[in-house]
Amino acid sequence: MIENIDISLIDWSRAQFALTAMYHWLFVPLTLGLGIIQAIMETVYYRTGNEFWKKTAQFWMKLFGINFAIGIATGLILEFEFGTNWSNYSWFVGDIFGAPLAIEGILAFFMEATFVAVMYFGWGKVSKGFHLTSTWLTVGGATISALWILIANAWMQYPVGMHFNPDTVRNEMVDFGAVAFSPVAINKFLHTVLSAWIVGAIFVISISSWYLIRKRHKDMALASIKVAAIFGLVASILTLWTGDGSAYQVAQKQPMKLAAMEGLYKGDAGVGLVGIGIMNPAKVSYNDQVNPFLFKIEIPNMLSILAERDAKAYVPGIADLIEGGYPLKDGRLALSAQEKIARGQKAIQALADYRKAVKDKDQTAASFAKNTLEENFSYFGYGYVKNPTELIPSVKLTFYSFHIMVILGGYFILLFIVALIMEKKKTFGQKRWIQEVALWSLPLGYICGQAGWVVAEAGRQPWVIQDILPSNAAISQLSTSSVQATFFVFLIFFTLLLIADIGIMVKAVRKGPDGLNDSNDTINS
Amino acid sequence: MAKCISVVRIFNFYREGFRNMKLGKVLWLIILIKLFIIFFVLKLFFFPNFLKQFGSDANKQEHVSNELVERAITP
Repeated sequence: MIENIDISLIDWSRAQFALTAMYHWLFVPLTLGLGIIQAIMETVYYRTGNEFWKKTAQFWMKLFGINFAIGIATGLILEFEFGTNWSNYSWFVGDIFGAPLAIEGILAFFMEATFVAVMYFGWGKVSKGFHLTSTWLTVGGATISALWILIANAWMQYPVGMHFNPDTVRNEMVDFGAVAFSPVAINKFLHTVLSAWIVGAIFVISISSWYLIRKRHKDMALASIKVAAIFGLVASILTLWTGDGSAYQVAQKQPMKLAAMEGLYKGDAGVGLVGIGIMNPAKVSYNDQVNPFLFKIEIPNMLSILAERDAKAYVPGIADLIEGGYPLKDGRLALSAQEKIARGQKAIQALADYRKAVKDKDQTAASFAKNTLEENFSYFGYGYVKNPTELIPSVKLTFYSFHIMVILGGYFILLFIVALIMEKKKTFGQKRWIQEVALWSLPLGYICGQAGWVVAEAGRQPWVIQDILPSNAAISQLSTSSVQATFFVFLIFFTLLLIADIGIMVKAVRKGPDGLNDSNDTINS
Repeated sequence: MAKCISVVRIFNFYREGFRNMKLGKVLWLIILIKLFIIFFVLKLFFFPNFLKQFGSDANKQEHVSNELVERAITP
């Protein structure tokens, strides 16, 4: 029956989801990152009483407001897509996904909505302390909102805390703590939010550099650069740390993704980490004996350390994961893809047998089928896999996205350090080259975040839920043309929103901060 | 009485805030247009809930279980 699902329907549905998520992620990181920076600036105003900091904080709040207003509710469309394009998935995981999303909607949305009003309308009308609290709670609400979404996403990467009920054909949550505090969820939340802080810092440094190039608002620009560079450097170092944690979790829970991230086809002990590499286009199959790289520079043993915290540890490659037979940490031998497929088929057949037995009121057969299903459920999704090569994600896409993310992450650390040193030596305001570099680094912040999501999502294909549900089973029976049509509707809709966002933002930046003199940043009376 | 005064103060706080908005008015207009498009165009015409056509939860369960079983690769 699998032949009935048009491959182009899967591809278009995935493309549509990717498009929506990527556009949504253009707005979210700036909200999270700039939100913290403006709150820090207002805190400085609260502590010093210096009006300069109030005007500076208000200026960044204006840009925050533009981004917040244009970006708000763009994530809702993802939920529409679940219901229409991914209906089997939606039903299958309803109870697990529903709880975090409901909490996100109720708690975070109302928290943001309440305190945003005080943040914008409350200047001079509420006490300084209450206003500052509202500013922090606004960004706190946005961060909590991200937390629940990321918990839901992490569950798809590492499904825990649930039990599959064959009567309802749904996964039911049995341990909320296991879902909310899984190591994958914690690492994903920290790594993603910290990377958003970097985008906020890059944004502030970039816009401030534009003012320096134009010789406008020099004091405000340099003061903002100082705050953003310190904040960005701290965020970058923490991102590096959580990135290591994320990679470790990927190695434990999604070894195929790790192998694709590193272009590792054949596993070994003491494997090196590819620092820079160019993949070989002639490599078309995992077992074709063609060298996967035209060129690479490796850090010896580093991948083993990253994956297992042991320089001599064995890390399986793509071929090993397909063929199995390598020793696992518990002493057993890894199953091959074919063995997993057989167990997946057994699980699905058991589901069919169970439902038939229940209809026939045959309790003995139902009980037997249920036990078989439970024994094999962890391989359920493999029953939809025809050819083991379907289990390999796009290696080139995952490899390059991962390395772009890592290289840009390193570049940002360097940029923040240089900016801090030059700010301290009071040379940032004079040197045009660093201002140009900082200005043009703005798109790199977004590219880095998007690359990270490509690693996370493209790297886990074909799974919608790791090992349990692949995309060809999760998708609704729709016509490809209807998904194509909505893809282009979204493309136009989101592009218009982005144009509006950039247009209003550019206008606000050109106008500059209200109440500060354009040339010397004295307070206008 | 004190409760009533608080409600009036909150109402006035929001009313004044909205009245004094400059850029905010443009942003609110964009938000409202966007929400209209999302809920009254996209949701209604392009993104119906696929399983809704099956009516009851029992029928939805039946549909999804059939889909999951029939899409499997048979050995």
